[in-house]
Amino acid sequence: MTPLLSWALLFALGCLSLAMMFALVRMILGPRAEDRVLAFDCLYLNTTLVILTLGLLYRSSAYFEAALLIALFGFVGSSAMAKFLLRGEIIE
Amino acid sequence: MTASPVWVEALTAALVVVGAVTALIGSFGLLRAKTFFQRVHTPSLVATLATWCVTLATVVQASVVTARPYLHTFLIPVFVALTSPVTTVLLTRAALFRARQRGSAEVPPPPA
Repeated sequence: MTPLLSWALLFALGCLSLAMMFALVRMILGPRAEDRVLAFDCLYLNTTLVILTLGLLYRSSAYFEAALLIALFGFVGSSAMAKFLLRGEIIE
Repeated sequence: MTASPVWVEALTAALVVVGAVTALIGSFGLLRAKTFFQRVHTPSLVATLATWCVTLATVVQASVVTARPYLHTFLIPVFVALTSPVTTVLLTRAALFRARQRGSAEVPPPPA
């Protein structure tokens, strides 16, 4: 791996960590519950990107499944919480 | 495993950097926008451009390294493109419902 790519991957990981921190701050501050769910949505999307970038850095294909699973469970979690905010129950 | 040519590494680096910076901008917008209905727009930047760029970088790099098409990573942006609007619509309707329940003056009243 050339130094260009490894530095670019480190820079990308730094940017994504900062992005996750912004989402976390919004989740802590967020005045209402819907802001916190939105911040969680952004947080798991950033996590998916971090794991894909780690897969690039370590040249392993094992990271793909982890990224897909995080996207899947993040969708299930945030849509269940949004449904709960809308109705007060998840399965009617 | 073969060594990847310089242009492939440069392309991967450019795609990853564009994707990460886009994700940073989207998350910063989440922190900075004033109301919930402005805030709900910003994570879509992460869900579209950032996810597609990082996935394309993975596909380009892995296809060259393993010398065969490595396309199943495209499952992630396709899945995110299918699910992200569902969450956003549900969340926006929940926020509108809760604002009306509070009697907030920021949202229009329900249609008659």
